[in-house]
Amino acid sequence: MEYLIQYSDRFIDGTIITIQLLVTSSIIGLAIAVPMALARVSRNPLLAGGAYVYIYILRGTPLLVQLYLVYFGLGQFEAVRESVFWPILRDEYWCGMIGLTLNTSAYVAEILRGGIMGVPHGEVEAARAAGMSQALMYRRIILPKAFRIAWPAYGNEVILLLKGSALVSTITVLDLMGVTRTVFSRSYSLDLFLYAAILYFVMTFVLTRVFRMIERHLNRHLQDREQIEKRTAAQAA
Amino acid sequence: MKKLTGLIIAAAALAFAGTAVAGDKVRIGTEGAYPPFNEKNEKGELVGFDVDIAKALCAKMGAECTFVAQDWDGIIPALKAKKYDAIVASMSITDERKKQVDFTNPYYANFLAYMAKKGSGLKTDKAGLKGKVVGAQRATISSQYLEDNMADVVKVKLYDTQTAAYGDLKTGRLDAMLSDIYPALQWINDPANSGYEIVGERIDINDQIGIAVRKGDPLREKLNKALDGIVKDGTYEKISSKYFGRNIM
Repeated sequence: MEYLIQYSDRFIDGTIITIQLLVTSSIIGLAIAVPMALARVSRNPLLAGGAYVYIYILRGTPLLVQLYLVYFGLGQFEAVRESVFWPILRDEYWCGMIGLTLNTSAYVAEILRGGIMGVPHGEVEAARAAGMSQALMYRRIILPKAFRIAWPAYGNEVILLLKGSALVSTITVLDLMGVTRTVFSRSYSLDLFLYAAILYFVMTFVLTRVFRMIERHLNRHLQDREQIEKRTAAQAA
Repeated sequence: MKKLTGLIIAAAALAFAGTAVAGDKVRIGTEGAYPPFNEKNEKGELVGFDVDIAKALCAKMGAECTFVAQDWDGIIPALKAKKYDAIVASMSITDERKKQVDFTNPYYANFLAYMAKKGSGLKTDKAGLKGKVVGAQRATISSQYLEDNMADVVKVKLYDTQTAAYGDLKTGRLDAMLSDIYPALQWINDPANSGYEIVGERIDINDQIGIAVRKGDPLREKLNKALDGIVKDGTYEKISSKYFGRNIM
C-alpha cells in the first residue's frame, strides 16, 4: 500500500494515458471500420478483396508484433526517419495509438460486417420497394440496424482493446502497465500488480455499464409496450 | 512381505541418495542479454563473464551447476519462486533489493556512462542534458539514476532490454543513453556502432555487484567462501583479464 501512495501521481498519469489511448484508438478505429465493413460486403471484388486482406492480416497477427513493427520496425528505415511522418512515428505514444487503432479497426470491421449480414432481408426489400437509393438505404435502414445487432460484440471488443493496450508498455509508453512495471522495478512489491489489476477492473466495469446504457437506448423501440405506456402515463400524471 | 520391506528400504535409500546429490546441485539464474557479462551464443548457450565466474565458483564449491535464463524484470521474483537458487547476472547491491534477497560480497564494481552520437558535443551535466530524451533499460541502476537525478530536466525513456534501447539510440529517438560502463564500452567497440561514443565522465555511484540468493539461504556463505578462493588462487584475475584486460574487482 505504501508504494501505491508514494507513487500515486504516476499511477494517475498512467491511468490517464491508458484512457486516452483507449478513447482515441477506439473512435478512430471505428471510423476506419465502417467503410472497411462496407467495402467487405461490397459486390465490387476489388473493394471486397482489399478489405478482406486488410482485416485478414491485422486479425492474423498478434497485437504485440504489430506494435513492435510500428515502433521498432518502421524506425529502422532511413526513408521513414527522413519522411514527414517521423515526428509522429518517433513518438512512442503515437506509435502505440496507431498500433491499437489498426488492430481494433480490423476486428470492429468484422463485427460490423456480421451486423450488416444480420439485417433481415425483408427490411432491405421493403426499403428497395419504397424506392430508396442504395446510399439512403444504408444510411436509414441497414447501418442503424447493423449497429444495434453488432453493439454487444462491439462493447466486448472495446474491453479487449483496453486490456490489449497494456502491451504499449513494451514500446516505452508509460501507460498504467508501463508505470506499474517501472514502479515495480524499484520496489519488487508484487502488490503493485494487484492495484493495477483493480484499476483495469474498475475501468472495465465502467465501460460495461456505459455500453449497456447505450444498448438500452438503441433498442428503446423494442421495449415492452406496456412498460412504455406505464412510463408515459406516469410522466403525464 | 520380506520382498515388500526390501523394496521400501531400496526406495527410501534411493530417495535419500537423491537428496544428497541434489544438495550439491545449484541452479544459477542469469539474464542472457547483457554482453559481455551474460549472453547467449549462436548455439543458445549462456556465456560471458558472469557465467564464467559462476562456473569457477561452482568448481570451487564442488557443486554441479545448471544455468537458467530469465528476463530481467522477473529475475528476483523467479528466485523467490525457487526457479533457481542464485542470481549471477551483474546485479547491483541496493537497499531496495536487499529487502527481497540476500547478497554475497561484491564480485566487481560498476560505473555508469552516457553514450551519444559521435560529435554530438553533448555535455552530461544537467544544463547540457536539459530537454533531451535519455534512455535506459528498465529496472536497472541506470534507470533509477535517471529517474532520481535527471527526471526534472530530461525525458526518461525506459526499455525492456538493453538491445531495444541501443536500437532507439540509433533511430535517433534517444539523444543519449545511460548504461553500465562495461557493456557500453563493448557496444561502441563493435564496428557496427562506430558512429557512437561515450560522452562525459563516467559516473561513480558506488555500485557494487553481487550474487543474490534467497533470504537466509546458507548458500550465501558457501558462495562467499568460494569467491575468496577464486580471488586468492588467481582464477578471478584470469577471467577478468580475458574479458576486460584487467581486474575489475
